[in-house]
Amino acid sequence: MSATVASGLKRARWCLATVYLVTIDKLGKVNVSEKLRGAEIFCRALADEGVDIVFGYPGGAVLHIYDEVFKQDKFKHVLVRHEQGATHAADGYARATGKPGVVLVTSGPGATNCVTGLATAYMDSIPLVVFTGQVSTALIGNDAFQEVDCVGITRPCVKHNFLVERVEDLAVTIKKAFYIASSGRPGPVVVDIPKDVTANVTEYHYPESVEVRSYKPNTKGHPGQIKKALQLISNAVKPMIYTGGGVILDNASEQLTDFTRILGFPITNTLMGLGAYPGTDPQFIGMLGMHGTYEANMAMHHCDLLIAIGARFDDRVTGDLAQFCPEAKIIHIDIDPSSISKNVPVDVPIVGGVSHVLSEMNRLLREDDVKPVVRADNNWWQQIIEWQGLECLKYDTDSPLIKPQAVVESLYAVTHGDAFITSDVGQHQMWAAQYYKFDQPRRWINSGGLGTMGFGLPAAMGVQIAHPESTVACITGEASVVMCIQELSTCLQYGLPIKMISLNNRYMGMVRQWQEFFYNSRYSHSYMDALPDFVKLAESFGHVGMRIENPSDVDEALKEAFAMKDRLVFMDFVTDQSENVYPMIAAGKGQHEMHLASDVRELA
Amino acid sequence: MSARHTISILLENEAGALSRVAGLFSARAYNNESLSVAPTEDPTVSRLTLVTSGSPEIIEQITKQLNKLIDVIRLVDLNEGRAIERELMLIKLRAAGGEQREEIKRLIDIFDGCVVDVTDSTYTVEVIGDGDKLDAFIEAVSTKRILEVVRSGVLGILRGTKSLRA
Repeated sequence: MSATVASGLKRARWCLATVYLVTIDKLGKVNVSEKLRGAEIFCRALADEGVDIVFGYPGGAVLHIYDEVFKQDKFKHVLVRHEQGATHAADGYARATGKPGVVLVTSGPGATNCVTGLATAYMDSIPLVVFTGQVSTALIGNDAFQEVDCVGITRPCVKHNFLVERVEDLAVTIKKAFYIASSGRPGPVVVDIPKDVTANVTEYHYPESVEVRSYKPNTKGHPGQIKKALQLISNAVKPMIYTGGGVILDNASEQLTDFTRILGFPITNTLMGLGAYPGTDPQFIGMLGMHGTYEANMAMHHCDLLIAIGARFDDRVTGDLAQFCPEAKIIHIDIDPSSISKNVPVDVPIVGGVSHVLSEMNRLLREDDVKPVVRADNNWWQQIIEWQGLECLKYDTDSPLIKPQAVVESLYAVTHGDAFITSDVGQHQMWAAQYYKFDQPRRWINSGGLGTMGFGLPAAMGVQIAHPESTVACITGEASVVMCIQELSTCLQYGLPIKMISLNNRYMGMVRQWQEFFYNSRYSHSYMDALPDFVKLAESFGHVGMRIENPSDVDEALKEAFAMKDRLVFMDFVTDQSENVYPMIAAGKGQHEMHLASDVRELA
Repeated sequence: MSARHTISILLENEAGALSRVAGLFSARAYNNESLSVAPTEDPTVSRLTLVTSGSPEIIEQITKQLNKLIDVIRLVDLNEGRAIERELMLIKLRAAGGEQREEIKRLIDIFDGCVVDVTDSTYTVEVIGDGDKLDAFIEAVSTKRILEVVRSGVLGILRGTKSLRA
């Protein structure tokens, strides 16, 4: 006992800035706890949580915190150039690693600039913990300088948020924030910290775990439901596996791959689910949905059993709900009960973590010695192979103009299909999803649910920081990329050798495509007039810029760029302005009513 | 298809918890007829009762989305079992002249209400009951006489031994 006291006091002597509180409890146990300022507690809590990277931008309300950040070396702080960039970078980091991304910004505009990033992460269920400064508690509600109701503004686009009113609550609130963000169906959590809370002093104790009585996510699937699902599976004639981002979020790729191979069924991934099952595997029949492959959408429409796993029947996937999977019984595995039967009624719901449920199903399938369907003598597979024969992703390879699809295919070849690919939003995003085959999860990083232009570059920063030795490319367009272009400065500061693949068609391509099809080619404000010289722009930020105008130069240029291992290279590909994304399911149409490149003119 | 449901919720008694519930209803365009909230015997818990309407699918979504809110501890759709519903109304009526005052008094008696404040020209009346009864009272006194209506919103509790507890 006395030895503990002595060592505690010795530590106290050596650390003059810290006040130690020595107490002896009823059992005679000596507790030495430190009294720290809120700002110190913040840094210690992050370190104790195992945070290694914080993306942030300082300002008045977080200056106490930034002073402590300066003094510590447990986590690295990455200074972005706009708070939106911080949230997207943390988001990219989270998607690439599975760990929650962490953001630190100031009050007022610092907080409001985070809203787009929060909504992006919320729609795709990405774990983020965003710390926002707040004016001192005495000033809250007084329209103080740089005050906004951060909890109010962010409420509808976060999984949960907190206002920390007392320094005594700070450490436990941080613990709760990480727990809520990363468990169950993940999502962003905001912790709003008033400035006086960061100055006040209290004992520091970081709990190892935390209980939230009103939050108990269920990870284990109901055994009875699992049995019912296996019954349907054994009776299916035309089965189809449809999986989404939930498989990736729950690190269940291995279990999904096992499940699919045990059964030998065809599988499609959503935009968010690409890479959960190897994209080059013959059982994978491409992405589904609005710009999915012909074979995937036709198989959806004609299947008699749909096994939906970690997917949420988004409108971009289902098309017209009245015509969705008309012949199918549906099994739905999801951790979020509110996803089940939200858009499409389900026959066998299984609420639980995808990895747990699939492991259990795999165990039972193996117990029953289930053999995979053999493609060669299976009518359903023969039908799918016939649909594949249509080659719906074919495009004109003899064009004198650079075809955007060809750039993605070259990129795939040059990077050996092994890069982390982020994207912005629009046509280039769809081409990336269609033509880059992802064999691993967490390699394809894009804003699926919210569709946030400007996501790609900062997300790539987060990915590159998480994986410094890996190849990271951002497929973007000249409209999207300028939305967060300021982050090129951050890339220089931290030496991030991202490769920017800009498919420059001088239009907001997806807007232009819809205007061509549905608005009689009235291109209302979708033309990008007065574009910058992207080569000079990249150079002015201290990077390498390249402009590529001929199809024959594409491969060489990519090789040259990727050979520059320590430089960010901005590649401005001048592409065919008139190219559209096919196949396409027009809004309000069924999945079987696709338009292909060959029959486009029928659309208008 | 569309039916009225009373949903009773145990909520963390924390700043902003109520706005999470209210915000959910506006964000997802759910119908909300009434909402009442107050602390319980446990100071960390509030009890909230709300009345909504919708198809069975919508009601299912509403309960799921409510359950998803971190501050919601537990909830029950009172329509799924037998339940008691009550609402309190304070209503200020124009009541001048003996005959008029007598007539109103008789009505109040019929509805088991009571007069809680009196002036020369007004009665302030308290009526307790389910929503229909309060509607019927308003109809019976006729709108010409009504100066002011304040209703608590519906409160509900399950019949029998089953309880909603944190």
